[in-house]
Amino acid sequence: MPAAPETVNAIKGRFAEAVESEFRGQTRVIAPRESLFDMLQFLRGTRGFDLLVDITCVDYLNYRDAIERFGLVYLLANVETSERITIRCFLDEPDLTVPSVTSLWAGADWMEREVWDMFGIHFEGHPDLRRILLPDEYTAFPLRKDYPLQGRGERHNFPVLRRDQS
Amino acid sequence: MAVATNPQTGLPDNVMVSRLDALANWCRKNSLWPMPFATACCGIELMATGASRHDLARFGAEVFRFSPRQCDLMIVAGRVVMKMLPVLQRIWQQMPEPKWCISMGACASTGGVFDTYCVVQGIDRFIPVDMYVPGCPPRPEQLIQGIIDLQDKIQREGTLSGKEFALPQRQQRKRALVELPIIGQ
Ligand code: SF4
Repeated sequence: MPAAPETVNAIKGRFAEAVESEFRGQTRVIAPRESLFDMLQFLRGTRGFDLLVDITCVDYLNYRDAIERFGLVYLLANVETSERITIRCFLDEPDLTVPSVTSLWAGADWMEREVWDMFGIHFEGHPDLRRILLPDEYTAFPLRKDYPLQGRGERHNFPVLRRDQS
Repeated sequence: MAVATNPQTGLPDNVMVSRLDALANWCRKNSLWPMPFATACCGIELMATGASRHDLARFGAEVFRFSPRQCDLMIVAGRVVMKMLPVLQRIWQQMPEPKWCISMGACASTGGVFDTYCVVQGIDRFIPVDMYVPGCPPRPEQLIQGIIDLQDKIQREGTLSGKEFALPQRQQRKRALVELPIIGQ
């Protein structure tokens, strides 16, 4: 269900720089990085978006018409009214830092760790920003488009156990 | 009642003569205890192999143990990712000698279709493998055939002291990493 008009108007009234659009019944708001946290806090506190469905990211490297490289995606839902809204925030290198929303939704913890693991977006204020899926010693961010599909040899960087040693 | 004497050996008929190695191999091959290292869809076929319809118990290999200390046959069923490989190696090292390894399915043997940054392209790059079972997934009959072939192999070349494991031809070579070009690049 798209966000109610009151929600959209409330966002627009408070954040003049927000860009709102609708596509196939889904409401999307693009927030500049400066007001991202305030907007999410506003939605959580005042508009009752109590469920953070997902945080993810898209790498628009070499994508036609793309201006910024990374597009963060926050999917929110209001369990009470069934409203759903997508908040997007575009980031460009070298400053890939956004405020963490773990203080608003505790469930953001692992989602932000996953986005950090795969894209290298730094969430400022996250209590424990470690890799979540890949081994700790991994150094690359594999879902970036400039990372080769087959990796840089990490998958073959192990000792070989020979038959007579084991 | 007196037991007849075998004219060739001069021994009573109820005495059999064999080599100690052959006796040990006979015991070992008929009591393989598998360590099910099932990480993906092949693991489902592995379970089916152990279940009543295919009944791995007929070949003495039905006692799946989840403790590597009690196993002597590691069946790697499914793809192994780079985070899992140290675990696989640790489990392999924890298994007591003599031990064998079956690489079940395309993924365990070669990485299968998962030619990506995190999937190990064949476990035989990092641990010794005695038998490969092809297929995606192999049917239980294929796995059973693999186990029967492994039993043959144990009977043929096994020794009581396990010195066949030190033979040069049993050491896996470091495989060159051949990266296939990706379409569109
Ligand atoms: S070989 Fe096929 S069935 Fe087996 S783990 Fe790989 S994809 Fe799954």
